[in-house]
Amino acid sequence: MRGAVRIEAVSKAFGGVPAVREVTLSVDPGEFVTLLGPSGCGKTTLLRLLAGFEEPDAGRLLISGQDMAGMPSYERPVNTVFQHYALFPHLSVAGNVAFGLRRGACPPTEIPGRVAKALEMVRLTGLGERRIDQLSGGQKQRVALARAMVLEPDVLLLDEPMAALDLKLRKEMQVEVKNLQERLKTTFVFVTHDQDEALVMSDRIAVMNEGRIEQVATPEELYERPRTRFVADFLAVKNLLEAEVVEVAGGLASLRTKGGLVVRATDDGGFSPGASALVGIRPERIAIADAGPDAAAALPGVIDDEIYLGDTTDWRIRLGGETVTVSEGAATAQARKRGDAVRLVFPPDAILRLAESPA
Amino acid sequence: MKTRRQGLLLLLPCAIALLLLFALPQVLMFEASLGRRSAYGGIVHDWGLLNYARALEPLYLKILARSLWLAFATTALSLLVGYPVAYWIAVRAPVRFRSALLVLVILPFWTSFLVRMYAWIFVLRSEGLLNLSLEAVGLPRLGLLYNDFAVMLGQLYGELPFMILPLYASLEKLDRSLLEAAADLGARPRETLWRVTVPLTLPGIVAGSVLVFIPSLGAFLAPDLLGGARTVYVGNLIQSQFAIARDMPFGAALSFLLSLLVLLLLFLFRKPMRAAQVGR
Repeated sequence: MRGAVRIEAVSKAFGGVPAVREVTLSVDPGEFVTLLGPSGCGKTTLLRLLAGFEEPDAGRLLISGQDMAGMPSYERPVNTVFQHYALFPHLSVAGNVAFGLRRGACPPTEIPGRVAKALEMVRLTGLGERRIDQLSGGQKQRVALARAMVLEPDVLLLDEPMAALDLKLRKEMQVEVKNLQERLKTTFVFVTHDQDEALVMSDRIAVMNEGRIEQVATPEELYERPRTRFVADFLAVKNLLEAEVVEVAGGLASLRTKGGLVVRATDDGGFSPGASALVGIRPERIAIADAGPDAAAALPGVIDDEIYLGDTTDWRIRLGGETVTVSEGAATAQARKRGDAVRLVFPPDAILRLAESPA
Repeated sequence: MKTRRQGLLLLLPCAIALLLLFALPQVLMFEASLGRRSAYGGIVHDWGLLNYARALEPLYLKILARSLWLAFATTALSLLVGYPVAYWIAVRAPVRFRSALLVLVILPFWTSFLVRMYAWIFVLRSEGLLNLSLEAVGLPRLGLLYNDFAVMLGQLYGELPFMILPLYASLEKLDRSLLEAAADLGARPRETLWRVTVPLTLPGIVAGSVLVFIPSLGAFLAPDLLGGARTVYVGNLIQSQFAIARDMPFGAALSFLLSLLVLLLLFLFRKPMRAAQVGR
């Protein structure tokens, strides 16, 4: 049970404004779970409830099988990596890492050794005497990690720890933190608003919106099969179309969108004839078929607009009354320009049925 | 070159003010301290060090030591009382009340110090507010006025705002997430106070202590009015040289020595003071 987290119907409001609404979530020991969502979705509040900086208005929190109700943060078996690191400016790097150790839990003679080991773990060996204001952002990040991990918490809480780093460093730290977590087998609860970060690092992702969890899934599942409009939108499913189910036959559902586009989707059992449906299509799953065997089944459209993104280009393509976004790799995108006529293929399994909100 | 000249030009008003209001009076006072008292209380300008020799006699050194003790005690007491108050206003009190609470701290400045000392006499004297209240509930009267207790109380009351304001300034700047981090790392509230809050507010502690200690060293109103002038401090001594004994040269010498003493103390404590600045 050590390292397990159970969140049972937890709610928290600030001055009458709900921040977390009846959230239930279980995290297994050694699991890396990410709370993903836009700012204000309640993810940080949920983390602060686990850390003990806030008390829930309702519900139960269990960490390592122990009820956290009324337990102050200094007694909880968790440690936190703060968004802006919250390193003590009056202490050296080693002083920061040793802060939690200087409390009798660890014999004083062992402190230097454990500090050195923790610094080695985050690849800061030899920087123990540095002042905090002499460190770069990435180094501060590592000190914060070492300071929390040196206490060997049951659960490590990370509140957008990469937010202040530049893109390249962030990518490096993501891999490093993930590797560290796999090696130490500590439970990580990680908060971020960056979907790529969540996909790279997590065993499971809980997508939050307006204080609720919309979907909990593995990165692959979440990416391939978002279940709600919000999750799809947040995970860059750029085409969200409202449609009517024309017929369901042979494992395929025929849909007519509001703009008059007719496509066929793989039926997951959720389509019923005559009903309305919300579907999402990833822009990279729509193929531009100029020629070849697919061309016959393809639908004709015209390029309206171009959004250049470096390694890919997003085309805004008008098909009758509907406009869709299609991503294309840089290699083939060069051949096209605004106003060109193209033919699009919508693979049935690329069309995702979405719910408006979680059930 | 041009920017340098501009820089000097900008410095000029400040330099002039400092020269006219600080350096020049010091020089004049020093010159006076070398002179001799004339028959009618004027200054005879024959230079000598007699006044300084007199000021260093055991009698006066004892008064100086007593003043140092008073200043030290005032500083320690105001820190002891002021820190919790400043902490409460800056960290605990609801944000919307903060300005109002600060105004309350500053409010006494709107009344002259002299008047406020008289107000304390009305509170403390044998027929005063406190003693009448004690009597009303059947308790015996206490000798609250004209003793060291009254002097200390008056000093504390007078100097407390000078301690609270710099403390508030540094506590208000304190990053709250550091307090959370300390708790997260297992530190109980008391431990967080000693290991995080106090070290990080050291600049405020040093600034407040200097602001309280220096005027307390020359205090003469509270000892005079609340102490009943029974105990002489260096402030009273200097004041009486100018106002009663009419020995301006000796008063000037005492003042000059006091200034030197303050400078010496600031010099001796320059290291912890600078360390406190770096800690910010």
